[in-house]
Amino acid sequence: MIEKPLPIPDGDSDVFWQGCKEHKLLIQKCEDCSSYIFYPRVLCPNCFSEKVEWVQSSGVGKVYSFTIARRPGGPAFKDEVPYVVALIELEEGVRMLSNIIDVDVDKVDCDMPVEVVFQVEGDFTLPKFKPRAI
Amino acid sequence: MSIKRAAAIVGVGDVELEKGKVKHGHSVLQIQAIAAKRALEDAGLSKDDVDGIFVAGLWGLPGIGSFPSVVVSEYLGIQPKYTDSTQIGGSAFEAHVGHAAAAIQSGLCEVALILYGSTQRSEKSRTLAGRPPVLTAQYETPYGLPSPAGAYAMAAHRHMHQYGTRPEQLAEIAVATRKWAQLNPHATMRDHLTIEDVLTSPMICDPLHLLDCCLVTDGAGAIVLVSAERAKDCRKKPVWVLGQGESHSHWSIQAMPDLTVTSAAVSGKRAFEMAGVTHDEIDVVQIYDSFTITVLLTLESLGFCKSGEGGDFVSNQRTAPGGDFPLNTNGGGLSYAHPGMYGIFLLIEAVRQLREEAGERQVKNSKISLVAGTGGTLSSTSVVILGRD
Ligand SMILES: [Zn+2]
Repeated sequence: MIEKPLPIPDGDSDVFWQGCKEHKLLIQKCEDCSSYIFYPRVLCPNCFSEKVEWVQSSGVGKVYSFTIARRPGGPAFKDEVPYVVALIELEEGVRMLSNIIDVDVDKVDCDMPVEVVFQVEGDFTLPKFKPRAI
Repeated sequence: MSIKRAAAIVGVGDVELEKGKVKHGHSVLQIQAIAAKRALEDAGLSKDDVDGIFVAGLWGLPGIGSFPSVVVSEYLGIQPKYTDSTQIGGSAFEAHVGHAAAAIQSGLCEVALILYGSTQRSEKSRTLAGRPPVLTAQYETPYGLPSPAGAYAMAAHRHMHQYGTRPEQLAEIAVATRKWAQLNPHATMRDHLTIEDVLTSPMICDPLHLLDCCLVTDGAGAIVLVSAERAKDCRKKPVWVLGQGESHSHWSIQAMPDLTVTSAAVSGKRAFEMAGVTHDEIDVVQIYDSFTITVLLTLESLGFCKSGEGGDFVSNQRTAPGGDFPLNTNGGGLSYAHPGMYGIFLLIEAVRQLREEAGERQVKNSKISLVAGTGGTLSSTSVVILGRD
């Protein structure tokens, strides 16, 4: 079996992946212009301030868009098809790529409410999303 | 500042394919050399005339392919005075045209050679795997998004959600493009195709079917661009660069501001303003068709129709031979060839149309052509407007 590609953490992402291990979805907020930022950076891409702080996202959002992978995104995902890859727009306004799990793939739609769940994958914990009852 | 009419394309060259593969098991350097020689012969120039070189590619990586303009120059025996390996994906060559015209205008070079080649089909090197999960890709690759189809599929879903665009409207593009391919003896896919065929082909990434996706082929192309002064002595009549623009909005698909609008809104606007022409004055259009949705989003972003109206715009085979909007007249990446970074072939086809060398697929009385390249996952765009005297 081919192992799935896992993140190679760096100075930007160490805190993010550690947060996932503790089941916290951490994003950044600029202290100067109040923008929320994802993925993590050393400065704010809106105003270039270096005063970016970690904040915990509510983990609640909606599906901005999605696809159902009928062919795997590389051999490591061969046994998973069909699976949903989606762009999640969190309440705070930032988008992140993830999977929608615990769902009938044909029931996913744009703007569907979702919430974060954490899934262990090798030495990492990845943030994934499941439909949210409202 | 403008590069309008600073430079002209005077030579184009490419190589024949057999079932999407280069002949004789040629290497990626061999086919680029053959295409370069043909483009220079087309122009009536020799390799010693070349003083500017522009190369981007995906070959020889990791390794010597990191330095493509240097490696190709060495292979061809060219020592340039101007060198450019700008790599922004499939739209790189439209950017090269702009950069070359600017260099020519400022006297930094006189004869520019733009080159691309790929043997991805022969090497069976293409997969749907994402990029190594380092740096910004660490937030994407672990989720298994098929690359690049998945990102384009998400753009298609969003467009459908916002505007009610239908799969059969995307299929219209694939069918119209196939009709052009049937008029091009060099096209890879020439069988009759219906909207039903597209909709019943296997789903790759919902809502994109197999026949919404471009081909995976080999290929090589070359373009020779010269100053107005040098154009006077060339074998072929000049095809002028009237306007050009380039931009990019993101690399990771999560960072694309609006999945339904590409940076062609920016690069196209600059190209139109520089050329001083209106949409109605464009006779023939070449738009990067990595996927059917790429064409639809680009038509809207360029302003040929309003946001959300792309589906209606392409309906009733409007872009097919005989329609009032001739588009991708060589059969496009969907049916002619798609060797990884397709942008150079859009330019080559535009030149052949403007020179009236397009045979059965010739669009009559074409004077102005628009070429719109797209690279990455709807990431980069570059637009070139070309015209003949
Ligand atoms: Zn800021």
